[in-house]
Amino acid sequence: MTYQPLHRRPKNESEVRTVNPDTTSRPAVNIAGVGAQPVAGHQPRAAAPVMELSGVSVYYGAYEAVRGTSMPIQEKQITAMIGPSGCGKSTILRSLNRMNDLIPGARVTGSVTYHGQDLYAKDVDPIEVRRRIGMVFQKPNPFPKSIYDNVAYGPRVTGMKVANMDDLVEKALRDAALWDEVKDKLKSSGLSLSGGQQQRLCIARTIAVKPEIILMDEPCSALDPIATAKIEDLMFELSNDYTIVIVTHNMQQAARVSHYTSFFTAEVDEKQERHGRLVEFTNTSKLFTNPTDKRTEDYITGRFG
Amino acid sequence: MSAPTLTPTRPEPSAPGAALTQRRSRPGEVAFRLAMQSCLVIAFGVLASLLAWVLIKGWNRLDSRLWTEMPTGLTSRLDGAGVQSALVGTLWIISLVAVICLPIGILSAIYLEEYADNTRWYNRLLELNIQNLAGVPSIIFGILGLGIIARALGLGFTVITAAIVLSLLVLPVVIIATREAIRAVPQSIRQASYALGATKWQTVSRQVLPSAVPGIATGSILALSRAIGEAAPLIVLGAVTFITFNPDGLDSAYTALPIQIYTFITRPQAEFAELAAGAIVLLLAIVLVMNSIAIFVRNRFEKRW
Amino acid sequence: MTTSTQSAGSVAGNSLRRGRRRPIESIVQVLLVAAALVSIVTTVGIVIALADPTIEFFQQVSLVEFFTTTSWTPTFAQKAYGVLPLVSATLVVTAIALIIAVPIGLGSAIYLSEYAKPATRRVLKPIIELLAGVPTVVYGFVALFALNPLLQKWWPTDNGPGFQNLLIAGIAMGIMIVPTIASISEDSMAAVPRSLREGAYALASTKMQVSTRVVVPAAISGIVAAVVLGVSRAVGETMIVTIAGGLTSDRVVFNPLEGAATMTAFIANISSGDIPVGSLDYDSVFAVGALLFLITFALNAVSIRMVRRFREVYE
Repeated sequence: MTYQPLHRRPKNESEVRTVNPDTTSRPAVNIAGVGAQPVAGHQPRAAAPVMELSGVSVYYGAYEAVRGTSMPIQEKQITAMIGPSGCGKSTILRSLNRMNDLIPGARVTGSVTYHGQDLYAKDVDPIEVRRRIGMVFQKPNPFPKSIYDNVAYGPRVTGMKVANMDDLVEKALRDAALWDEVKDKLKSSGLSLSGGQQQRLCIARTIAVKPEIILMDEPCSALDPIATAKIEDLMFELSNDYTIVIVTHNMQQAARVSHYTSFFTAEVDEKQERHGRLVEFTNTSKLFTNPTDKRTEDYITGRFG
Repeated sequence: MSAPTLTPTRPEPSAPGAALTQRRSRPGEVAFRLAMQSCLVIAFGVLASLLAWVLIKGWNRLDSRLWTEMPTGLTSRLDGAGVQSALVGTLWIISLVAVICLPIGILSAIYLEEYADNTRWYNRLLELNIQNLAGVPSIIFGILGLGIIARALGLGFTVITAAIVLSLLVLPVVIIATREAIRAVPQSIRQASYALGATKWQTVSRQVLPSAVPGIATGSILALSRAIGEAAPLIVLGAVTFITFNPDGLDSAYTALPIQIYTFITRPQAEFAELAAGAIVLLLAIVLVMNSIAIFVRNRFEKRW
Repeated sequence: MTTSTQSAGSVAGNSLRRGRRRPIESIVQVLLVAAALVSIVTTVGIVIALADPTIEFFQQVSLVEFFTTTSWTPTFAQKAYGVLPLVSATLVVTAIALIIAVPIGLGSAIYLSEYAKPATRRVLKPIIELLAGVPTVVYGFVALFALNPLLQKWWPTDNGPGFQNLLIAGIAMGIMIVPTIASISEDSMAAVPRSLREGAYALASTKMQVSTRVVVPAAISGIVAAVVLGVSRAVGETMIVTIAGGLTSDRVVFNPLEGAATMTAFIANISSGDIPVGSLDYDSVFAVGALLFLITFALNAVSIRMVRRFREVYE
């Protein structure tokens, strides 16, 4: 059995897949109509990738958590990272906007480029990096402030010139598909929202800064299926304007939402230490229907992990 | 969506490829860090230099006279004076505080954590009462001792009165610390014990308390060390006189180190300041050694479940 | 407990009825309740100890005189019982202490929680807790013999601070409170979830922005509780003001360079002399004590409420 990419395909891929009749267990979220999204409107293009990882290894102290990762991130596409726990996918994600800087002893080797600039060059300002590359976390983490202040926080701290903050907040909340639910209670605490709403608030907060890339670290793993469906819809909408990289341990989700997928796994070396490693990177439909690596196939067919 | 247009949430045109290397200078950032750092440096610097000053000031008195000789109020006898009666008084009082306060404090904490149904108003009142007692100024406990224990109960200005007053003063410290230590013992341990047919007290005394010993020890030592340093309630209890004999029983008159120090300080002759400094070094040595042991025990032995 | 099934235990004839007496359990329960009652008895004792003489005091001195007149001279031939001088001296010392302790304590807490390396924090945090245990008589001593001579030497004008004054008492008290405020507010900042900091960093915040706009606001009730506790300690602290703050109470003193008696200093001073039990002077100690008790009671209530709110958010 293989997982079907339900509606997303790389935008530069013209081949049309047929739905595999073997797909017996459609994920529960389809109830909410996720699978019905149109695919039209994407111009096929083959631009240079907006980010490029080559030979990226991440260390925590002397421990090499992930070794030798090379992959591109295509502009305005959704790139998924999947793999069993401890395979380093979140670690790699955090190296894309230098969140690893915040962990004492964390170190990145190899190169991560963004529009050709090395993110880890000596004179690069990590705060400038994070202005352009935002992040949404596994557990919704709204600030204990009002909904409005949560969204306005980013523009305020980054010193964006904002003509009308109210408009910007409204726009961000609309784009995060949250406006209708919160427009009457912008002054209430972000913590008063439900989990799914909180996560969309965090997405609104991220896009209010107008980043170019949004990193999502298992954004739905703390949510119920309905809330997950809404976030997935939202990701699809956002991919019109933003490049998205998502870490997920849910293969169906990767299959549903992403254009490209990378599969990571954990290897145990001679010293019994686990190291994450990228096994395969390709467009999503190919990875899920015709993986080249045996380990990928084992994983997606449920024989491993 | 049709051809890309510049919607407000899209990245600003300057964002893609804009130089990340133009590190915005952030003088405020540096100044803030320096300001916070200097707060810490000032706090430690001032406290350290004050303690060093006391040590230097009392240096000439730091010999065996301090504990072999009795205090005096006469400048002419100052050379052969020490604080023996105060040291012995402090040891008397603190031993009595340990005997009176620790059992009551630990048993109270056991009641509150293991036996009390905290939905009952009287148990909540008990809890609030303890929290409030923890913040009552020590001199008020002196008034309690003066009005009730010394006069109404007729115990007079004796060692036992001082010990009871100081016991009541530090009782909340013991209760609060013990409660925290007991609360940190996981419920699963209790359930395992009950499942083996143990009674409540067997469970508490054989499983819960042994696991909570480090936390209880820490709280107890901190409480005793606070009682050693307290002078205000003893002043109200009329302890300010020169006592040149050691206490010989519960109903004996007494003096204690902090009280003796206060008495030296209030002498107009400057020579007494030196002896006061010597006695302070002795007092600080006792208190700081006890606190170090307490903090060490907590950091070293407290189990992280 | 039911006895619907026969016991299959190895001990023949064992029923599950509550037949067995467990005297130890009952004794223990009685002991525990008795121990817990001690703290209630303490509070009741404090209230009784204060109430009786206070009521007697107010039978002779009107509340209006107590709260509105501006001279407190129970030991003079001309006796006056206006508590305002004691209250104002307490306020002045507390204000000076807070001006010093709040910024330094908070700054230290922010540095320790947000900037310091984990190893630095592991070393410094226990030392701060250790310093919080220095007896207050020590601060009184250094205020009088080390700090005040320095203050007098460095004072730019001629009419500098006196031998005892509110300024030096306030400074010493501020130094005393710093470890308390630093330690408790650092605890509350450390309890702010990491995820909030990460969220802020991911929005391109600088470290200062994360500290001041996310961590401090999120920890605010713990910080307020720390400050209120500091106020409560300052108001109730006795030894520093008795040693270094001065004894004047015949008029209201706001000039911190002068000495004046606080509520606690008055209690300590007058009770170290010989006063006849039952006299008005004796009762005045309790009246001032009652006022002090009520003030700190109110402060504690605020602090307890703040800590509770803070716990609700993150636990």
